[in-house]
Amino acid sequence: MLRALPVQIPRRLFSQSAKMASMTPMEDLMRDKIAHTFTPSTLIIRNDSHKHAHHAAMEGSTSKETHFHVTITSSAFESKMQPARHRMVYALLKEEMSREGGIHALQLKTKTPAEEQREKEREAQA
Amino acid sequence: MFSRTVFSALRPISRPAPLRLPLRPIRAPAYPIPSILHARLLSTETKAAIDKAVGSAPVVLFMKGTPETPQCGFSRASIQILGLQGVDPKKFVAFNVLEDAELRQGVKEYSDWPTIPQLYLDKEFVGGCDILMSMHQNGELAKLLESKEVLVAADQ
Repeated sequence: MLRALPVQIPRRLFSQSAKMASMTPMEDLMRDKIAHTFTPSTLIIRNDSHKHAHHAAMEGSTSKETHFHVTITSSAFESKMQPARHRMVYALLKEEMSREGGIHALQLKTKTPAEEQREKEREAQA
Repeated sequence: MFSRTVFSALRPISRPAPLRLPLRPIRAPAYPIPSILHARLLSTETKAAIDKAVGSAPVVLFMKGTPETPQCGFSRASIQILGLQGVDPKKFVAFNVLEDAELRQGVKEYSDWPTIPQLYLDKEFVGGCDILMSMHQNGELAKLLESKEVLVAADQ
């Protein structure tokens, strides 16, 4: 009993504080939504906001989560052209992109598992 | 903000001679419309103006800033790609969405695309900067532009 305590308490505190005040609420939300909708085999979210913080459009913005680069590999993109794939992601994140102080820029790479495989093979050859 | 008319922004910025569109100015709404609602209210005037803009040249880019001084890295990249591909300036027109809030919002709804830049080829939506970049890299863009005959002739 006594030995278990020091382990239990910090763990519970940590998980609670992580839930209450994530440093990356937007990224977490995007990850949740994308994972749920596209069940991607690859999902990479890169926050580029610091690179754009000095831009005129970001004047007055306090958010640290405005510019993202997202790579999604999902079979949900099969037999769809790139614009249609991007529109699927935009539709999913419509609220986050349209609201003031939300996502300002979203770079997208949308691939099917087969396309990702081919890309890897090409890179291996090069 | 809404007192600006579509005239100002629908002047193509890549040509010296301004294109005159026979459009009535859009009246300011009597009360402010929340941006989320505003996004769904593409007026017939704005739609007609964007129709004209999209059809004003074979290659049309809606961008932030001008080709000479882009105001956004993604717009800059798109202009550079079109330049590298050798798009004929006579067949190209760019529209600066920063000149007109109505256009900036309207074109997003018109294209069902939430970001700028946006490229149109023969009135057909091609994509934004990421799509342009990947098509540039995989050779699809060169093929597409060639098939539409919008490149500067090789012997010139």
